[in-house]
Amino acid sequence: MAKKMHIKLKVNGKEEEFLAEPRELLIYTLRERLNITGPHIGCETSHCGACTVTINGKSVKSCTMFVAQADGADITTIEGIGAAGNLHPLQEAFKEHHGLQCGYCTPGMITRAAKLLEEIPSPTEEQIRFGMAGNICRCTGYQNIVKSIQAAAAQMNAAREAAE
Amino acid sequence: MKDEISRDDRVANLKGMGCSRKRVEDARFTQGKGNYVDDIKLDGMLFGDFVRSPYAHARVTNIDTSAALKVPGVLAVLTAADLAPLGLHWMPTLAGDKQMVLADGKVLFQGQEVAFVVAVDRYAAADGIDAVVVDYEELPVIVDPFESQQSDVVLREDLVALDGSIPPGAHGPRKHHNHIFTWSAGDKDPTLEVIANAEVVAEASMYYHRTHPCPLETCGCVASMDKVNGKLTLWGTFQAPHAIRTVVSLISGIEEHNIRVISPDIGGGFGNKVGAYSGYVCSVVASIVTGKPVKWIEDRMDNLMTTAFARDYHMTGKIAATPEGRITGLWCHVTADHGAFDACADPSKFPAGFMNICTGSYDIPTAFLEVDGVYTNKAPGGVSYRCSFRVTEAVYFIERMIEVLAIKLNMDAAELRRINFIRKEQFPYKAALGWEYDSGDYHTAWDKALATVDYAGLRAEQAQRVADFKAGKTRKIMGIGLSFFTEIVGAGPVKNCDILGLGMFDSCEIRIHPTGSAIARLGTISQGQGHATTFAQILASEIGLPADSITIEEGDTDTAPYGLGTYGSRSTPVAGAATAMAGRKIRAKAQMIAAWLLEVHDNDVEFDVDRFVVKGSPERFKTMKEIAFAAYNQAIPGLEPGLEAVSYYDPPNMTYPFGAYVCVMDIDVDTGVTEIRRFYALDDCGTRINPMIIEGQVHGGLTEALAVALGQEIAYDKMGNVKTGTLMDFFLPTAWEVPNYETDFTVTPSPHHPIGAKGVGESPHVGGVPCFSNAVQDAFRPFGNIHTNMPHDHWRIWQMANKLGLHG
Repeated sequence: MAKKMHIKLKVNGKEEEFLAEPRELLIYTLRERLNITGPHIGCETSHCGACTVTINGKSVKSCTMFVAQADGADITTIEGIGAAGNLHPLQEAFKEHHGLQCGYCTPGMITRAAKLLEEIPSPTEEQIRFGMAGNICRCTGYQNIVKSIQAAAAQMNAAREAAE
Repeated sequence: MKDEISRDDRVANLKGMGCSRKRVEDARFTQGKGNYVDDIKLDGMLFGDFVRSPYAHARVTNIDTSAALKVPGVLAVLTAADLAPLGLHWMPTLAGDKQMVLADGKVLFQGQEVAFVVAVDRYAAADGIDAVVVDYEELPVIVDPFESQQSDVVLREDLVALDGSIPPGAHGPRKHHNHIFTWSAGDKDPTLEVIANAEVVAEASMYYHRTHPCPLETCGCVASMDKVNGKLTLWGTFQAPHAIRTVVSLISGIEEHNIRVISPDIGGGFGNKVGAYSGYVCSVVASIVTGKPVKWIEDRMDNLMTTAFARDYHMTGKIAATPEGRITGLWCHVTADHGAFDACADPSKFPAGFMNICTGSYDIPTAFLEVDGVYTNKAPGGVSYRCSFRVTEAVYFIERMIEVLAIKLNMDAAELRRINFIRKEQFPYKAALGWEYDSGDYHTAWDKALATVDYAGLRAEQAQRVADFKAGKTRKIMGIGLSFFTEIVGAGPVKNCDILGLGMFDSCEIRIHPTGSAIARLGTISQGQGHATTFAQILASEIGLPADSITIEEGDTDTAPYGLGTYGSRSTPVAGAATAMAGRKIRAKAQMIAAWLLEVHDNDVEFDVDRFVVKGSPERFKTMKEIAFAAYNQAIPGLEPGLEAVSYYDPPNMTYPFGAYVCVMDIDVDTGVTEIRRFYALDDCGTRINPMIIEGQVHGGLTEALAVALGQEIAYDKMGNVKTGTLMDFFLPTAWEVPNYETDFTVTPSPHHPIGAKGVGESPHVGGVPCFSNAVQDAFRPFGNIHTNMPHDHWRIWQMANKLGLHG
């Protein structure tokens, strides 16, 4: 067994510090060590995006990143995006527009979409489809996911304008 | 008493049937608070994983676990030798065969389970797997079912008698040691005679390739044996938790009351999670052996390689017709590749599922179907991937045969369908292969579909495109894919549908609480279909309490009534019917309570939305909320306290949803790239419970159809290696590849279902696959294509174009 490494992370605003084997994958850290079970495992090869989290401002598939690579990182998972009483507009929109069915891809999908809307606040349908192509959904056929993201974008933009 | 609100508002407040109620499931899923099996954590829980065979066919001469047992964190390694004393090294399959739980002397497909390593976590289990040494002696591999039936190589030595004779299988005599069954439906000789004497006969051979349901969540379980109380709890990705409980009891000998099976949230099923897998058995045994809870979760490669393939049907057809296009007979033969063990998930009496729905939506007077099941060195499974038992195969077959016949007759394929549809007045319609279709109005649906897409205009555009292509003005050709499908779902009547002897009824139990809310429990289990939302809507309309006040609970066998689970679009047709019937029992008692409260005769009150009113005096009423309270606080002569009901519903017939789909596709002949310009889907699923959810089901089913038709496959090489074991090779469409769909509907209620609903989850997949495939094939029809097998990925389409001489 390789020597354990000293890892520090900030996950959803909370500091975490622990020793981990170099081979420990970030998704494992999140789900098993920190009990953050929103990000899911769908493929373990970076294809499906169910494990998507935000690391230092970028969308990352946590199933193919060692936790050692994330040492010192600031990580946001679905649990840090919004919670009951303070939902993110995307969480509301996915419900309103039936953007999910079994729910397994949803945490990764919303986490990625939140990042996409930071990158492109008013995306076209094509930009949404391209920007979300790293997240696979087996249930919805994406049509209502696109609709949900468009609706959330419109709402967030309206809220921004109202605030200005 | 005066009404505070209008009747329309009272109806709206219920959020009952017909409204697009938002889903109650979504709050937890959008916040990452779903509870899937891999989210379950128990004190001291261990993790089990498999040593799997790298070979498709080999003798296992030795398994050395000694080094593995020394790996830090490894607690146990189970092999067939450990399971044999318990009689658990083999297990019965759903199809009347048996399969190895762990390799017993040989392996028969790549990825087969050889040993089960139990360790403190996944990493230690993986280390343990690496340290298990297995000696294999390779045997000849057969991946072709036709070769298999000729080969001297015996795949299943356990199914050959000592004298070399071949005993019959679960479905009758076997013709060869690698043959499983022959199953037929219809009239052979009359069909052959019609075909022999027909003026027009079209023929085609088609291969419906092997694929996989591939839900985003793989299969898995947590087994926890409480040795103090003798109770086993098994959480898992089970589409049929009660059936799993019975199976576990039968094969383990643990009494059924000591087994609690729980299906938590399930991350998609699509048929993958119907079967019983080695991982479940090994987890249970490992929990008994170690005294600790044991979790087993497939990785994606395990999932694609070993659990639950779908399709793999080699179909040959002959269709006879008059020169005017009236179909007179249909003959179909299937060579069905079932892999190493016959573990197909079909009702027991139907080894080829409902393949005998293959006369489709057409009034075909004479037909014959014969299916030969065959063993090969491929993974077992044979599940219904987003369809009712083999209905996708049947519908693909007939919808291709129609196109091939249209080519032979030089006729328009839409018109050929129209003149052969079963007419509205013919329902209930007894088909030549035995089924009685409950209701349909195909001509109305077809005309609506063709008018909406301007079919004539599309054909004119296509003709122009062909001319332009031939003139060298474009390199893109255009296909118009048509399909008209009839599904057979809602299995099923206990008289002919059972799984392992368990009748395929389903159930609902309702308890009304004193303050006018309720809980209903069902024998089904949602995997994304939104049961907690829609079943509450059915009940709201039936019992007059708001859907928002009704909790729906499924998946815990200690609390839910017995049912056969969710697959084959059976939840709405069967459990939905049970829900309505249980609701009506509640209403019947509520009527008596209302009459007593209102001091009138039972027959003098009638149900109205959310209350019972005195006939002719609508101002005299008792709301269901008031009645619920009265059930708990009034001593009503002749009535027991409380307000509960249970219904076990044995459907009198299957339901037959149908639909008309049109796909318009452009194809670049030089790259093989397909562009779906338009997809129109009209579905008739009878009474519509929640239009939003129906539309979502259609979008999803069509996307899984697109995948299967345009690229998704489980492919093997000649050595039996799986070539598509990861999502790099196994095609799952992303948002980038998927078009927007136009959805539409007609409503032809089922006459025998209490609320007229037929089920919809699988229709779009069943109808979608031939529609996408027909679009590709139609594009090449003007250039001589008759039939080309799926999947139509870019490379294969390029090959089609090349073969037809379109590359100059």
